[in-house]
Amino acid sequence: MRQSGNPTSWGGQPRCRASAIAEIHDRFAALPGESQVPMLAYGNGRSYGDVCLNDGGMLLRTRGLDRFIGFDTAAGILECEAGVLIRDLVDLVLPQGWFPPVTPGTAFVTVGGAIANDVHGKNHHLAGCFSHHVLEFDLCRSDGSRIRCSPRENADWFSATVGGLGLTGLISRVKLKLRRVQGPWIRGDSLRFANLRQFFALSAQSDRDYEYTAAWVDCAASGSALGRGVFMRGNHAPGEGREPRRFPLTVPLTPPVSLVNAVTLRLFNQLYYRRRGASRRNVQWHYRPFLYPLDAIMHWNRIYGPRGFFQYQCVVPQAVAEPSLQEMLHRVSRSGVGSFLAVLKNFGTSTPLGLLSFARPGTTLALDFPNRGAPTLQLLEALDEITCSAGGAVYPAKDARMSAASFQRFFPAWRQFAERVDPQFSSSFWRRVT
Amino acid sequence: MRRLLIVGGTSAIAEATAREFAARGDSLCLVGRSRERLQAIADDLKIRGADVVTVFCLDVRDISAYEAMLDAASRSLDGLDGALIAHGTLSDQQACERSVDVMLDEIQVNALSVMALCTLLANRFAAQRRGVIAVISSVAGDRGRGSNYVYGAAKAAVTAFTSGLRQRLRPHGVSVLTVKPGFVDTPMTAAFKKGFLWAAPRTVAKEIAAAMLDGAPVIYTPGFWRPIMWVIRSIPESVFRRLSL
Repeated sequence: MRQSGNPTSWGGQPRCRASAIAEIHDRFAALPGESQVPMLAYGNGRSYGDVCLNDGGMLLRTRGLDRFIGFDTAAGILECEAGVLIRDLVDLVLPQGWFPPVTPGTAFVTVGGAIANDVHGKNHHLAGCFSHHVLEFDLCRSDGSRIRCSPRENADWFSATVGGLGLTGLISRVKLKLRRVQGPWIRGDSLRFANLRQFFALSAQSDRDYEYTAAWVDCAASGSALGRGVFMRGNHAPGEGREPRRFPLTVPLTPPVSLVNAVTLRLFNQLYYRRRGASRRNVQWHYRPFLYPLDAIMHWNRIYGPRGFFQYQCVVPQAVAEPSLQEMLHRVSRSGVGSFLAVLKNFGTSTPLGLLSFARPGTTLALDFPNRGAPTLQLLEALDEITCSAGGAVYPAKDARMSAASFQRFFPAWRQFAERVDPQFSSSFWRRVT
Repeated sequence: MRRLLIVGGTSAIAEATAREFAARGDSLCLVGRSRERLQAIADDLKIRGADVVTVFCLDVRDISAYEAMLDAASRSLDGLDGALIAHGTLSDQQACERSVDVMLDEIQVNALSVMALCTLLANRFAAQRRGVIAVISSVAGDRGRGSNYVYGAAKAAVTAFTSGLRQRLRPHGVSVLTVKPGFVDTPMTAAFKKGFLWAAPRTVAKEIAAAMLDGAPVIYTPGFWRPIMWVIRSIPESVFRRLSL
């Protein structure tokens, strides 16, 4: 997982070059002194767009902050440095019967990055966001001060920093509340649905009794098949079996052109929907393939070729979710560019804690598109308009192109947030949207 | 390696190696300059499975303090089964060229202190008739190069010293391991542009831990440095002196 040379983001978009890189490995040390250029923390580079990039500025690489500080195995409270990966955290706490209460779709993110993007997981409808389980953290500011933040202590700094995209300073130390589990197994169902209406019905049935729910949608389908997909639901459960092998596959190099195109997309989506495993009940999964399916293929982002890809994730309010999503899927289907990985999920009703937190009540749709230049950007702009008129929002962690006007409509608290931005910190994203 | 002393405990390679031993449930004594940083690493190693972890503050320039440090380390772990000597600085070659004092300080930290420690450890381990002494040398010690020959000379001294020590201690049941890392991505090398030859500390650490447990004599880590250095050593001096490496 070592990064060398110029740090990039996961989507390979946009191209940025930092003018300086500082390795942060001592949580007690002050930030690099008076810097001529703005700083930004860079964890494991799994944000898709430019929230983790700082063109012309300085990146503070935080993977050296990877120490555990304290683990109360009775209370399930873990204290660690902010550069610890979720994967390493799980490896430590799972054998003791604990698990992160919220985890994103990849375990290759740092704890600091999980806070800065206030990530969510397949259990948002019950567990809320990552920030709902953060007990406290230390925020290092460029003026040398260190602010201890929790929902009660310096609560204004807490709400600015969770989901604050690393702009309020460097998160150095974190204390998290974990949840009990009986082991590494998850038990549940995989169910086909024929259209969006059936998705909403399945979700309504499942969200009370299943901790993890999410659906894959066939984005190549059109006409009466539009909105069909596979719904997955599961709960942590006792079980037995062999642990799956770790990282058996890798994409060793970037092919000269994207392997994702109209033909492979249609083929993949057809096969994925029709495969026998798509409709099974009472299945036992290991948590890794269930929660982190793509972590099994190292460097999977390379299949999109040297031009990279765009992720698009939005949330739209429940009341207008069905027509809005119908329209989006229609647009995507008509564009012919499709999407390899389309994920649908109903968020819960918990109140977001961060000024810029993305997850909010409603339904979220995540899509990704190979970067084909102007046509792709036009499609994404059209999706923004649908999100906008629905009163929704687009997820900064996955964005590389939304306009300043859109951002400011999606996140009306941005002005209030801007007052908390460290004067020495900035990012390519922040300069783009403000 | 039930009870291991690590000198230079805050170095990235040392810390990564300590994690390998911590995962096995071993005990460690970490020696370094900053108590705060040593304690942060000690806390982490405990959580990762280490049995006992103690820390001791020492500047390796203070050779007169070594005996007391070894006594304290041995007491704190109830004896020692092995030692990893991992401290060092990457010399600023140009500063070493300008100043004799800077040059001598580099030799002091990277060579003399290591030889002094090895001497004391050798006598202790020989007396108990077992033990492993592992020393981080460098591929830079295989041949002096214009761009960093002061560092290279110090590491060459360490390589030759440990080679002799290995012969001397073999009959006493003590093994000596000379570790020659290539380019490792650590804070010490933060200023360098990284290419495909660079390795992560964790990769190097796994190989060091395995070699210590095996009682291996010399390792290049990652292993591809062995043929590379063979080639570098084989270049005739008439050619080598014209190269800029």
